[in-house]
Amino acid sequence: MNNYLLIPSLPLAAFLINILLGRDFLKEKAHWTSILAVAGSWVVAVMTLVDVYGGGRVNEDLYTWISSGGFKVSVGFLIDPLTAVMLIVVTTCATLIHIYAVGYMHGDKGYYRFFAYLSLFTFCMLMLVMANNFLQLYFGWEGVGLCSYFLIGFWFDKKSAADAGKKAFIVNRFGDFGFGLGVIMIFLTFGTLDYTPVFGQVGGFALNTVNFLGYDVHLMTLIALLLFCGSIGKSAQMPLHVWLPDAMEGPTPVSALIHAATMVTAGVFLVARCNPIFSLSETALIVVALIGAITSLFAATIAIVQNDIKRIIAYSTLSHLGLMFLACGVGAYAAGIFHLYTHAFFKALLFLAAGSVIHAVHTNDIQKMGGLRKYMPVTYAVFFLAALSAGGVPGFAGFFSKDEIIWLAYASHSPVGKFVWIIGTIVAFFTPFYSFRLIFLTFHGKFRGTHEEEHHLHESPKVMTIPLMLLAIGAVAAGWVGIPHLLGGGANFAEFLKPVVGHPEAHGTHAEEWAVMGISVLIGFAGIGLAALFYLYRPELPVRVGQMFSGIYKVLYNKYYVDELYSFIIVRPTIWIAKNILIGITDARIIEAIVNGVPNAIGVFSQGLRRIQTGFLQHYATIMAAGVLIIVALMLLR
Amino acid sequence: MVPLNWYLMLSTVVFMIGVFGFLTRRNIIIMFMSVELMLNAVNISLVSFSHYLQDMRGQILVFFIITVAAAEAAIGLAIIIALFRNKTTAHVDEMNEMKG
Repeated sequence: MNNYLLIPSLPLAAFLINILLGRDFLKEKAHWTSILAVAGSWVVAVMTLVDVYGGGRVNEDLYTWISSGGFKVSVGFLIDPLTAVMLIVVTTCATLIHIYAVGYMHGDKGYYRFFAYLSLFTFCMLMLVMANNFLQLYFGWEGVGLCSYFLIGFWFDKKSAADAGKKAFIVNRFGDFGFGLGVIMIFLTFGTLDYTPVFGQVGGFALNTVNFLGYDVHLMTLIALLLFCGSIGKSAQMPLHVWLPDAMEGPTPVSALIHAATMVTAGVFLVARCNPIFSLSETALIVVALIGAITSLFAATIAIVQNDIKRIIAYSTLSHLGLMFLACGVGAYAAGIFHLYTHAFFKALLFLAAGSVIHAVHTNDIQKMGGLRKYMPVTYAVFFLAALSAGGVPGFAGFFSKDEIIWLAYASHSPVGKFVWIIGTIVAFFTPFYSFRLIFLTFHGKFRGTHEEEHHLHESPKVMTIPLMLLAIGAVAAGWVGIPHLLGGGANFAEFLKPVVGHPEAHGTHAEEWAVMGISVLIGFAGIGLAALFYLYRPELPVRVGQMFSGIYKVLYNKYYVDELYSFIIVRPTIWIAKNILIGITDARIIEAIVNGVPNAIGVFSQGLRRIQTGFLQHYATIMAAGVLIIVALMLLR
Repeated sequence: MVPLNWYLMLSTVVFMIGVFGFLTRRNIIIMFMSVELMLNAVNISLVSFSHYLQDMRGQILVFFIITVAAAEAAIGLAIIIALFRNKTTAHVDEMNEMKG
């Protein structure tokens, strides 16, 4: 495993080459550097996975980054099963998405810039998952946030994209503030930021409390919740979920890579990585589980009425991320990471297929699509497979991970286990419903655009469809590494992660497990069936249902008015303060008064002074003579 | 024997003529001559004090002043010529570029 350093350094090198030489030399060939680099990373990552599977581990400091008194941080790498899984997820998705982007971004004026940012993102994400201390994790964390900002606002001349980038960045600040405080708390408690000593010593602090704002708070709960703040922001959980749907303003490969497969799952990775801390605090775990469950249900209900193809998938991402947190919250970290892993494939596939659709119809509005399966058979096929996987249809990747989460939620000791199980099962109804609503509205029926647009419909080029097909293999088969014992599998995925995240205690009989699985599968098929009824056979029904429950429909369509609420309680007061106090008073009356007043005073004084300088030689001579006379007079009169 | 006071009065008178000329005349050549007058007034007083005090250092100083005055006259006239070429006048009121 000596070459593991290549994994992050290849994309970094590609970024440097592209950003320095892209504009003038590489131009339309900029994708070669990025693709070769990320493919190289993928090869090394696969080798690393094999090594880790064979028992290999790496945990070494390479370079002292900061050394100041007792504060010492190194650039170091930790490679264990969790990291190996993340490396595979990140590099596989990144490689395929890079290739897809060649077709999708063809002819864009920022072509080289796009690939430079993708490479930088890949580098930061890999640094995030490979870190062996919290500060390097934080570095990667902020790095991916920055790249996310760059790429959401990639088409920055479009105001909505620039605004969405800002929104993502600012909303993430809230979460990252908590995360930063959490890292500081860890340092104050343990005196180090390295994972190994921190996780080794947590047991000794299990009962400590700390005075926080005048209350005695359980130390581990505080640290865990502060870290979880970061996860809420990055993984777009309630109440900081608002940035993710808007982030769909970015190019579709970005939505697939950053806002579905990798970056947004960093929050789940963080919780799984810090599982020794979270496991010591029941409160924190309950919070994690509840926030995950609520976000999951909340986003799933919004997704069923939206009309923007990418936003529907974005809400689906929120919902799946919620499920992952739900899993972590009931102690089933391995199941959460398993879902992260399968989700990366089917969700990246959904996004890329949606991108392929957008590429053909040039709109995001599914009401202007329809009947596309005739024109885009490959896209239709992979979209269908991805939706089956996302919907948890037995045999597909998403089924195994989702079923594992739902079962472990049911069987866990957590006081909220049964509650989140119910929510998970409800979500298992909505997920296939909105996925298949999307398919039926997009690919079935008649095309609802103009004839002119219909004339232009075409399947995407091979450079886009081949990554789609490869991802489809992942979306179908990725789950087969974690087939549960119940279905005759070996639950290998959970076994593989067991050294890092442990194994949750599940209490339930085989009968119960069959029942839980059966319920969620049946309810999933019910979702598909209802979608088929509504959008395939009786298209007038959804309109009638929408009218019948027009209040609910309106609330859902407007995303529970969360954006409006934030606008009312945060954005508008902030802008009011900025305009009336900061600009109106501080800036105009105080700062400008000083900035303009000092030169003005000097100017007035100088205006008076310059009258002395008449320029006439004899005036100076007269003044001089008068001065001499005065001095002489003074001397004589003294 | 002429008393010292007379020399000093002569020196004062010459000096005051120089000062007055410098302050009132507008022709730069005349102003220049007035400066020379002031210098020579100082020379007169130096020589007279030197004789009165029987000390040769005063007269040595006078030689220095004459030498320096000669050099200054050369440079001063050169400057005046340069000015005149630029301005085609020797009137100092026209030369107010230094006005603030």
